[in-house]
Amino acid sequence: MILTLATGLFLIYGAMDMPKWGDPESPASVNVSPRYIEKAFEETAVPNMVTAVLADYRGYDTLGETTVIFAAGICCLLILKRRKKEEAT
Amino acid sequence: MDLLISHFNYFISICLMMVGLYAMMAKMNLVKKLIGMNIFQWSIILFFVSTGAKHGATIPIVEAGHSHHGAEVILQASHYVNPLPHVLMLTAIVVGVATTGVALALLLRIYRTYHTLEEDEILQKMR
Amino acid sequence: MIRRQDSIIITTLTRLLTPFIQLFGLYVIMHGHSSPGGGFQGGVILGAGFILLAISFGIDEAKQRFSEGLIAVFSSAGVFIFAGIGLLCLFLGANYLDYGILPVVEPRSLGMLGVEIGIGITVMAVMISIFRDLLTFE
Repeated sequence: MILTLATGLFLIYGAMDMPKWGDPESPASVNVSPRYIEKAFEETAVPNMVTAVLADYRGYDTLGETTVIFAAGICCLLILKRRKKEEAT
Repeated sequence: MDLLISHFNYFISICLMMVGLYAMMAKMNLVKKLIGMNIFQWSIILFFVSTGAKHGATIPIVEAGHSHHGAEVILQASHYVNPLPHVLMLTAIVVGVATTGVALALLLRIYRTYHTLEEDEILQKMR
Repeated sequence: MIRRQDSIIITTLTRLLTPFIQLFGLYVIMHGHSSPGGGFQGGVILGAGFILLAISFGIDEAKQRFSEGLIAVFSSAGVFIFAGIGLLCLFLGANYLDYGILPVVEPRSLGMLGVEIGIGITVMAVMISIFRDLLTFE
């Protein structure tokens, strides 16, 4: 419990330096995302910017994502297989 | 006090994170630890999505109207919320679901072998 | 084991609601272009419709409708569609997953639609598979 509170206080001290809520000049919104916002409708003719970035500009990450969920499904199938020989030995 | 109000989204994330961390470390039941891990993960997702907000901006979908050619619409970057954290967190949510599913499968196997789900009894039976 | 529910309200209501849930899931996948949604969200809604069916009608009925072979075929088909579109772009001359070269009217928009359909099928199959494995473990 004490460890939890100490970690919380350290994190709050570190969060004081971060950019304010709703700041349009924060480093997360300045470097590459204005280009995505401005060019998404011209180049792809898709109004939804989130889908355009997810499936077109960052399509390779989505391929890896689909592989991860496929592998998790197979993993779950393998862990829960019933073996008839396990009760005999 | 002014600093507290302008940074309030970080405080909410940190509070949720501490709740999840306490549940993971101090509880003895394995299902409660799993729920703690899930709470921790959702707090991180909330933190990331909240760093992309802007004052007076709208959702990142272009109101296309009648122009299908798309060349006459001029978009300003400060009108729309940053779409990049939303995209990354979609992936993170799906990975979280996959992790929870596999963890539940492992819990079922542990229950079948040891017939209990308390951590100290399992450690005793393993010795 | 989940048995069939005894109350007639639950079974009748589920039977009435399931086509609407599936239609809504398909709507969310297809309209990922101009409203919030897309592949992942629509896939989860389709999977949740099937899980509702399994909860109210018992696990035996659900096992009859989706056998393990069918789940394996669906989940592999989704990943195959995604990677297949990428390979098609590679064969036609451009980079991998570069949709600008497909010979249709609006190449990037239709390439994205195909990719979203593939993602939706895979996510639906994996949701059903995880639920089924967790329930039919004795």
